Amino acid sequence: MGDMMNTVTKSVLAAAAVATALGGFAAPAFAQRDPAYAAARSAGQVGEKMDGYIGIVGAETPELRKIVNDINIKRRAVYSERAKANNATLEEYALTAGCQAILATSAGEKYQAPDGSWQTRGAGAPQRDSRCP
Amino acid sequence: MNHAKLTGRMAAAMLATVALGGCITVNAPEEPIVIELNVNIRQEVIYRLAEDAGNTIEDNADIF
Repeated sequence: MGDMMNTVTKSVLAAAAVATALGGFAAPAFAQRDPAYAAARSAGQVGEKMDGYIGIVGAETPELRKIVNDINIKRRAVYSERAKANNATLEEYALTAGCQAILATSAGEKYQAPDGSWQTRGAGAPQRDSRCP
Repeated sequence: MNHAKLTGRMAAAMLATVALGGCITVNAPEEPIVIELNVNIRQEVIYRLAEDAGNTIEDNADIF
């Protein structure tokens, strides 16, 4: 029994090591972006909006619309729950999350600047609403 | 702040209109136009929620 557990533990550790070596990261599977969403993000086809949701940056396609709607519905559910827990409105919480999500963009990703235009995140700080922390 | 400026500009424009006898001049604003999304949301509310929102993003990395 002890030997078996040991073997299992070793196997899991080995698998994790291989996954880390291959992927370069060891984030749990449930926390990863859907590949289509990840691809659209890095291609700059979708971007972070000021209101806490994502939007289509260039020409709209049914595929992009589906990705954006899917993410935004899920975000809205999370915002709604957290807003309630913090005695805040959905809009207040979403706008705050928008501040943070824009700050969390990686270089090359798109975000919406306070003038409403789409910007590409550079190495420096993004342009954000003056109320953002 | 922006509202005060805007009101000031409108007042100035109205004065100019009266002074010039009905001639209206519209000047483009020198500062970039900023869309204040949800102007009713105050900065202190955003500051209060900031930490929780940051955690929410980390905990739901698949949709952010």
